Amino acid sequence: MPASRLTGSRIREQRLINGVRQADLARAAGISASYLNLIEHNRRRIGGKLLANLARELGVETSGLAEGAETVLLDQLSTAAATARQAEVELARTDEFAGRFRGWAGLVVEQHDRITELEARIAALSDRMTHDPLLARSLHDVISSVTSIRSTSSILVNGEDLDSDWQRRFHSNLYDDSVRLAESSQSLVDYLEQSQDAGGAAITPLEDLEAYLEEVGFAFPILEQGGVVADVMAEPGVPQSEAVRVMLVTYLARYKQDARALPLSELRTDESPGVTAARLNLPFALVLRRRAAAGGTVGMVRCDGSGALTLHKQIAGFAMPRLGAACALWPIFEALSRPMVPVRKTVDVPGTTRQQFVCHAIAEPKFTGDFDAPQVLEAVMLIEPAQEDANATPIGTSCRICPREPCPARRETSILR
Amino acid sequence: MGRRVLLIEDEPNIIEAISFILSRDGWTVHTHSDGETAAARVRKDMPEVLILDVMLPGRSGFDILRELREDKVTNALPIMMLTARGQTKDRELAEKLGVTAFMTKPFSNKDVLSKVRALADA
Repeated sequence: MPASRLTGSRIREQRLINGVRQADLARAAGISASYLNLIEHNRRRIGGKLLANLARELGVETSGLAEGAETVLLDQLSTAAATARQAEVELARTDEFAGRFRGWAGLVVEQHDRITELEARIAALSDRMTHDPLLARSLHDVISSVTSIRSTSSILVNGEDLDSDWQRRFHSNLYDDSVRLAESSQSLVDYLEQSQDAGGAAITPLEDLEAYLEEVGFAFPILEQGGVVADVMAEPGVPQSEAVRVMLVTYLARYKQDARALPLSELRTDESPGVTAARLNLPFALVLRRRAAAGGTVGMVRCDGSGALTLHKQIAGFAMPRLGAACALWPIFEALSRPMVPVRKTVDVPGTTRQQFVCHAIAEPKFTGDFDAPQVLEAVMLIEPAQEDANATPIGTSCRICPREPCPARRETSILR
Repeated sequence: MGRRVLLIEDEPNIIEAISFILSRDGWTVHTHSDGETAAARVRKDMPEVLILDVMLPGRSGFDILRELREDKVTNALPIMMLTARGQTKDRELAEKLGVTAFMTKPFSNKDVLSKVRALADA
């Protein structure tokens, strides 16, 4: 297996430290000086016996020359290059660039990471403006009050020929609107302050909720022991933002129902969730949720009928997109297309180290009140580490950062192509 | 009876202020606050100009605009939409749906008046 593509730079560096001439080292290693020159400038790959010979002559361990830290740098540079919109990037000379200008290469990667982070933040803020009903309501109240005050005060100030009744009426309106403006402004400030207090990283109510659930391990001993939702909500550390609290109360109410139906003492994590559901005559989705609450190395995602992810319980190695759509090949979406049919699949996730997971998923309708009510589906998928399976289904995280080609479900070009 | 304008808006004090300035200009102002029944009210009144807010209880101004533009009776009606300042997406959507003019909140009375006059005379 060839060693790191930047091994040449390491050889040159070590030779200069040792004060050895290129020609002397080349002779000692049994190669020509011109060939060593190409190696040192990362224009020839090197590995095996020749690398061992050079390492011996330089008095260092082979691994010291061949370590793969720069591979990460090269991959990061390639990723940054893939996002270039206009600049023609000399991809074929990435090795040389990273080898000769390590500091600049590091800066390119750092700035690319920063841009990616800022873009994600802007997207999340934009999403919040569009979808956060509390924020939209607060802003609407402020704008409506200001509009009314401006219009009314303009009538009063411009000396329209107003009789005393109209004057009284407009003065009264002005007072009402100023009170309303004060209240709506305060409520907006409170809302924004709560969001800031909740932590810098989380910028949507869902992220706030998930950060809290992560902190408590997605488990609520109070509810397991028969306590009520209000007991949990009164606990220290519970998010203060109103938008998050509304979501949390809904989450806890279902958690309590689940805990009552399936106490952890009756849950066997060594058997298939399907077997548990059949043994105890319980809904499959409930068993999946309880498995996620039971702890251990378990991830979970939930989505609504549109495929939007509404909850993420992270598991190492199975990346879940924060924003935008997930890979359409995830088993949860197969479950969504076949409500009430359990789906079990072993999946293969791309990454620096390939990992496999077994996923159990099901989509169930949510009861919304009456026979003629619109059908609302919710799907849940449990994710657990799997044994190596040659027939695992290849999936990704989301198209933009997925290297798999060809892919029948690809929506857009990958930056890793 | 003067020229007729229908104002679909749910904020009482905004309704009062706009009604006042238009009435002083000789307009007969009808008002309606419910999104759900707004389109029916437009067909019934058939005003010369319609002022339509975006955020209404029951139904959004965009839905009402879409319905009115799909109806041959109202598809040429001059419609001025009230949108919040900075909501570029709202403006883009309204333009796509066939709005005639915009007024961004908070607006000046003078601008409302001149725009309504211009729409009626166009």
